[in-house]
Amino acid sequence: MSTSTVSARPAGDAGAGPGAIPVLTASNISIEYQVTPVVQAVKDVSLTLHRGEILGLAGESGCGKTTLAYGLNQLLKPPALRTSGEIVLHDKDGHDIDVAALSGNALRAFRWDKVSMVFQGAMNALNPVISIKAQLFDVFDTHRPGMSRKEKTQRSRELLELVGVDPKRLDSYAHELSGGMRQRVMIAMALALNPQVMIMDEPTTALDVVVQRGILREIMRLREQLGFAVIFITHDLPMLLEISDRIAVMLQGEIVELNSAEAIYAAPAHEYTRKLLASFPSLTGERGAFVRAGGDTEDNTGEVA
Amino acid sequence: MADDIREAQAVTPAADAAPAASVVVDGLPPENHTPGIEPDVPITSPDAFAVASTDGPAPKRGLRAMLPRRSGKLIVGLALVIAIIVFSIIGPFFTQSPTSTENQQYLPPSSEHWLGTNHLGVDIFAQLANGGAGSLMVGLVAGTLALVLSLCFGIIAGYVGGWTDEILKFITNVMLVIPGLPLVIVISAYLSTRSLWIVALILGFTAWAGAAIVLRLQAKSLRSRDYVYAAKVAGEKTHRIILVEILPNLLPLLAANFLGAVLLAILGEAGLSYLGLGPSGSITWGTILNQASANGALAQQMWWWFVPPGLMIALFGCGLALINFSIDEIINPKLRQAPAAVKSVRKARKSRATQRPSGPSAVASAPVAPRDDEKVKA
Amino acid sequence: MRFYVRRITFYVITLWAAVSLNFLLPKLMPGDPKQIFIDKFVRKGGELTPAMQNSIDLLFGGDDDATLWDQYLSYWGKILQGDLGISITYYPKPVVELIGAALPWTLGLVGLATIISFILGIVGGAWVGWKRGTWVDHVIPASTLLQALPYFWLALILVSVFSVSLGWFPIIGAYDIFSFDNGPEWSWEFVGSVVYHGTLPALTIIISAVGGWLLGMRNMMVSTLSEDYVTTAEAKGLRPMRVATTYATRNAVLPSIAGFGVTLGFVVAGSVVMEQVFSYPGLGKLLLTSVQSNDFALMQGTFLVITVSVLAANFLMELIYGFIDPRTRNNG
Repeated sequence: MSTSTVSARPAGDAGAGPGAIPVLTASNISIEYQVTPVVQAVKDVSLTLHRGEILGLAGESGCGKTTLAYGLNQLLKPPALRTSGEIVLHDKDGHDIDVAALSGNALRAFRWDKVSMVFQGAMNALNPVISIKAQLFDVFDTHRPGMSRKEKTQRSRELLELVGVDPKRLDSYAHELSGGMRQRVMIAMALALNPQVMIMDEPTTALDVVVQRGILREIMRLREQLGFAVIFITHDLPMLLEISDRIAVMLQGEIVELNSAEAIYAAPAHEYTRKLLASFPSLTGERGAFVRAGGDTEDNTGEVA
Repeated sequence: MADDIREAQAVTPAADAAPAASVVVDGLPPENHTPGIEPDVPITSPDAFAVASTDGPAPKRGLRAMLPRRSGKLIVGLALVIAIIVFSIIGPFFTQSPTSTENQQYLPPSSEHWLGTNHLGVDIFAQLANGGAGSLMVGLVAGTLALVLSLCFGIIAGYVGGWTDEILKFITNVMLVIPGLPLVIVISAYLSTRSLWIVALILGFTAWAGAAIVLRLQAKSLRSRDYVYAAKVAGEKTHRIILVEILPNLLPLLAANFLGAVLLAILGEAGLSYLGLGPSGSITWGTILNQASANGALAQQMWWWFVPPGLMIALFGCGLALINFSIDEIINPKLRQAPAAVKSVRKARKSRATQRPSGPSAVASAPVAPRDDEKVKA
Repeated sequence: MRFYVRRITFYVITLWAAVSLNFLLPKLMPGDPKQIFIDKFVRKGGELTPAMQNSIDLLFGGDDDATLWDQYLSYWGKILQGDLGISITYYPKPVVELIGAALPWTLGLVGLATIISFILGIVGGAWVGWKRGTWVDHVIPASTLLQALPYFWLALILVSVFSVSLGWFPIIGAYDIFSFDNGPEWSWEFVGSVVYHGTLPALTIIISAVGGWLLGMRNMMVSTLSEDYVTTAEAKGLRPMRVATTYATRNAVLPSIAGFGVTLGFVVAGSVVMEQVFSYPGLGKLLLTSVQSNDFALMQGTFLVITVSVLAANFLMELIYGFIDPRTRNNG
């Protein structure tokens, strides 16, 4: 594990172990909001995601992490506009797909099949007027038109079981499920086509801690089982320290530090990373200063809960 | 409660008085906080940028932020409304008396009689100028009455809750469903003479139900906001809470409702008068239409008789509708932001494409927003 | 299920309220409607037979000291038996018969026009909302303005232009009374005549009503399109048509259906006046005729039937709503 030097732009694959195979390469991504005055949301970001790894994307509200995630998936909504950069998916079967150049039907086919997404706050991510089954079937109808009804039902049940939801809930509607269940259903949907990359945007923020724990465990277990890579976006750095392989820290649209989780924990190179680490209080040890009051004492960088 | 779900749906988000504080638009943060409404619901918003407005300078905080944005629609609307009001007030001083029958009958327009004369020899333009006051007055009185009634039935019911709520809600729903104009017709029929005031009262009494439902839902949701609760705990009396905490936040909504009610009342009075059930003995634009229709203006193609009165109503109505539309855009900023956002991205893309036609950084094949190049309907 | 029970209860109570209102109104008005009625009746040469006197008493309350409550009960009794009194304008036809003749015309014309307006408004609004940020947005001010026009004035102008000067459409009536002087019959020519006569009136209603639904739907569509579940649907790579219909429109249309009652009120108002402009023999015209001749029995009867029709339409929409929105089904 090498401690990378502090530079404004760490290399996209900084901190990756040897033998890591890239699955998604994003280079020099810039995203603007076309308002008056124009706002630079993401400034020249480069990022490489490797097969099967969990890459955490941390930063405070407003730093551009969600915008970046949406940009990677071509989901930007007006007034956001990607103004530069390349996004390449290195497919399992050897091809490289230029994501930025996709449009129309090719883009639709790409979506969810190679890269899927779990949105922030699944409270509202499910269509309230049709059943869960219908929404799962939608995915299959669009991407796997050959599947028979029986196969679709079978697969849907499997998916629900996979995330720990009773398959009987297949016919339920969104409002009949609790918050935690809804989030699990979203994850199930995201897994439906065996994607190679999953982007998760604050998937557990709105849930209580016990449920949070459960979901995190599911994600890690599924990752082991199915082998997809995850970009995990959250402001909760301690959580990332626990589950990620590598962590990218974003500040005001730029990645200021990108390294393996251990390196970040043990020897944070950037000022801001240090502040972030220090701002989470510890359950044990001294009552250190936190919330960026300065003074990070040696044993204060957080025994995370 | 399923009932409440259905009712909540009946009230579109356009009527949500405080959406700016709790809405994330297209992944963007709320633009301006509607002052006085601090988001007490955690905004699960991504990257909260300070996003300036997409047209015009950013409004200052405070009352200014609640005012409609200066836009073409608003200006035209205000111009129409004010012009007609001025005409109705000042016009009568410059025209003949609307009751003098000295002129010849059925004259076509001329320089002496701009709109000709009617079946009794009365100058029609004079009638138009004088009728304005009547029509507008009815509109104003009825609109105010409808507003007051909707406030009572709506806000009180929503805020107080309990049995008061149930009873008021029931009355509101009944009034809502019973058809308005037939009821007005029936009531008017029983009264042999009707003054302008009575007509206004009747119209006002039958027009408040729709607004009341909207206000009730608003009051209900505001009731559980933190600052209201704080006031309650601090011991403020109910009516003070309603006046000071709740009403100000509903101002745009109330304004929109009021204008809508005025519009409906004017149209209603016109309709009644046309049917011969309007104010007896007064001149309004509607009564002119009634006379025109009853005296063969249609068959004789005397357009100068029956077109202008309706035109005045139409123009005034359009003005009110335009103003209301601008208010709607404050109440639900999504209505303005979303289309503006799409437009600005399109512009940006176009300008970049012309700047760098062959850039390898995929500008020409820049991400196409999912909707642009797809023909979905018709 | 409880949703339906609640709504049915509501409509039953409203029906009761409407009938009671009908009963109370003449009692609350100044003047003596009963005397006016009798005078008019006698002047028209009617005979005050005991049956007629009975009918008048029931409508207005007898001179004898039957209490208000008793009068109320017998009023209800008569209604449930289908006796709405005798009309003086069309003496000696019973009110029920007149209403029965007028009802199909109104239901047909207004009903059809309403359905067409609703569908046009919803589909149009969805399309305009979907195409937000494009030139289509300019449609909105136009339809807003259309809504602010007095509908009958529009009708007058249409009649003046298309019927009187251009002669394309007939001016009045539901069918050609000269060709079919025996009244309605079942033949293609008759149907043709009906359609021909009904075009302009229907057009008036549609023009004045479509704007409301279009605008409401468009606003709702714009709101819905920024909801999370629409973004998710797009992220899933679903076809745009599917997103537009099942995810966006299906949700956006709910307020229009839930709020149908209010907008229907406007359509009804418009149709009453429209029937006057075109002398269309529907319920609205009947109501107006009865008002003009102080034929209170006919007036009350017509008002009652109009109200019941509106209630029925509302109830139908509520049923549809309960069917479309699954959130109403389970909790209470």
